[in-house]
Amino acid sequence: MTEGARAGDDVNVAQAGEPEAASRREPGDVLVRVRGLRKHFPIRSGMTRRRAGTVKAVDGLDFDIREGETLGLVGESGCGKSTTGRMVMRLLEPSEGTIEFGGRDLTRLSRGQLRPLRRDFQMIFQDPQSSLNPRHTVGTIVGLPFRLQKVTPEGGVKKAVQELLELVGLSPEHYNRYPHEFSGGQRQRIGIARALALRPKLVVADEPVSALDVSIQAQVVNLLDDLQSEFGLTYLIIAHDLSVVRHTSDRVAVMYLGKIVEIADREDLYSSPKHPYTVALMSAVPVPDPARRESRDRILLKGDVPSPMDPPPACRFHTRCWKAQDICKTQEPPLAELTTRHQVACHFPENMPTEDGAGEAVLLAKPAPADAVAAGEGAEAVAETSAEAPAETSADGAAEPVAESSTDSPAETPAAASPKAPDEAPGKDTPPTPAP
Amino acid sequence: MTAPIETTGVAREAHPEAIADAAGARIEGRSLGQIAWARFRRDRVAMAGGVVIIFMVLVAIFAPLITDVIGGGPTEYHDDLLDPVLNIPTGSFGGASWDHPLGLEPVNGRDIFSRICYGARISMLVAFLATLLSVVLGVVLGTVAGYFGGWVDGLISRAMDVFLAFPLLLFAIAIGSSLQGEAFGLHGDTLRITVLIFVIGFFSWPYIARIVRGQTLSLREREFVEAARSLGATDRHIIFKELLPNLVGPILVYSTLLIPTNILFEAALSYLGVGVQEPTASWGGMLSAATPRYQDAPMFMVVPGVTIFITVLAFNLLGDGLRDALDPRSR
Repeated sequence: MTEGARAGDDVNVAQAGEPEAASRREPGDVLVRVRGLRKHFPIRSGMTRRRAGTVKAVDGLDFDIREGETLGLVGESGCGKSTTGRMVMRLLEPSEGTIEFGGRDLTRLSRGQLRPLRRDFQMIFQDPQSSLNPRHTVGTIVGLPFRLQKVTPEGGVKKAVQELLELVGLSPEHYNRYPHEFSGGQRQRIGIARALALRPKLVVADEPVSALDVSIQAQVVNLLDDLQSEFGLTYLIIAHDLSVVRHTSDRVAVMYLGKIVEIADREDLYSSPKHPYTVALMSAVPVPDPARRESRDRILLKGDVPSPMDPPPACRFHTRCWKAQDICKTQEPPLAELTTRHQVACHFPENMPTEDGAGEAVLLAKPAPADAVAAGEGAEAVAETSAEAPAETSADGAAEPVAESSTDSPAETPAAASPKAPDEAPGKDTPPTPAP
Repeated sequence: MTAPIETTGVAREAHPEAIADAAGARIEGRSLGQIAWARFRRDRVAMAGGVVIIFMVLVAIFAPLITDVIGGGPTEYHDDLLDPVLNIPTGSFGGASWDHPLGLEPVNGRDIFSRICYGARISMLVAFLATLLSVVLGVVLGTVAGYFGGWVDGLISRAMDVFLAFPLLLFAIAIGSSLQGEAFGLHGDTLRITVLIFVIGFFSWPYIARIVRGQTLSLREREFVEAARSLGATDRHIIFKELLPNLVGPILVYSTLLIPTNILFEAALSYLGVGVQEPTASWGGMLSAATPRYQDAPMFMVVPGVTIFITVLAFNLLGDGLRDALDPRSR
């Protein structure tokens, strides 16, 4: 958390006075803009390689990642989140859509044109066993970015690599060691050092901690946090573990069957999830307190995730949704901004603000004490953006049955973000109070 | 809950191993190759195989020097040591003596030991060069097929099927007999050896290529390949720097196992008269010459047979040992 890292985007002077808000960086300009992103994998069969079907792994994504923020991408396995990450890295060619990085559309560039740009976006891989070449020393692995991008760091590659190793909490003496001599957590640190070698702007982390022991996960997540504030990194973190995403992300996008069903600021999403799928997902988070565990509503979805080869028409979640009605089978709900900075693709969203300004019953979400730090800041961010983004909110008109109930008057905006405030009182589920 | 505990700032202190290591002086890692070598050295059977092979190679290289001391030249006729009536060597064990430790040929009276030494040159030369040729072809085509996939893979894989289905022995005999005399500016034994090497090499590459293709297919899905690609690595870099170092193990093992096959194949071709011709010595040729006389001169047949057997066995033991050392999971 160095001051220097923040200096570049200290646009919001108003916030500087508040120490807690200052500890988290304010998002800057849009760094990554994804529009209409699709990836369809053809299924071929038989001798003639006839096209027998298509897996719609990713089917139309729109999202932005702002400079300095962390976007978490969650969803069940097979929902297309890893595919999305790989397309942003252009390890997979998108079937359709654009990915703008710093204003340039990556999807139109050839491999050769893309090569020099690659130093600005790097990836941290899921499996530290397979992400490091077993035949290379740590020095070779972490030095590879310099060699491939033909960058000569000051003082030579070896010195730069040793500094990187120190940065991620490894000993520079490990330079000549081989990956198999390290534990999983250490290997993941090596992978992080490699990703940071060229000081990228964006880091895509695909399940960065899911292969690690739980006791190591916290270390690695905190390391990612520290590095973000030190270098002003922007993260796209892909994970299925809601706790990890909650801990790391500023904004969270929930995916289901190749589509984003909900995207919102972290606190907003965890305190008042609006899409039924998100609500169900949240209810599945294990609660470590046995007393509370009894009282919570565990929503069990019926059936399996439908095949992405033949996704259900209109709303893809209607086959498993307890609120589904006829309109859900015929008309696809657009991803619309129902409350400020909270986009949901649902005809019948949950936890919508009612007349008196409070949210419906807030489910389960019990933030850890430290999360309260971000709460105040989250509300501020909301207030600030609501003023500048009337164009975005106009999209609401498209969601007919919902549009009436989701009024975007400034008076209600803080209320949408407020329900965490009561939770600061530990252990008790006090009903949410209206905002002053 | 799997939630990471909120310990911002603690991360840096949480590496006892880093601290411990920093205290130690120089840290030199052991590569997988070094570990495999340590494992291999403990495998006595494989080591014995290796010793036998080194011995055979030395015999082949220094055949003229050895036969100067024992046995004499491979084309020296010792008629005086043959029984004038039966044309078989006098004395027991095919006329074995201090001068001729493995006895003499019937009819010609040439020294068997020196012919075995010279035969080793042909066998080793043909087997090693043919294996080298097939390894080069197999590795190149196998990696290309596995890495690029698609129609390239289809083409190469079908070619492999064709080569494996080819009636190799018949083809070799046909080519061997049609290339008598002079061809490609070569003649005599040089031509025949070259033909043997190319025929054997061209037809055994699919064995290597299949292994390499399979390994490449699984390796290219590993995340370190994606990591290299995300850094902007070229296909060249990925194949040579990322994939090939990981393929060395299987390539080494299967080459070692291909050599004895090729030794046997060379012997079979020589036995059938396609290989080198008299008076040049070869193991297969000796076996072939001994077959009609196995009743009155058994040593003439036993010696080349046992030599081939020991050599092939040694290579197989070495290959198995290498496989165990390089890939402990397959044990």
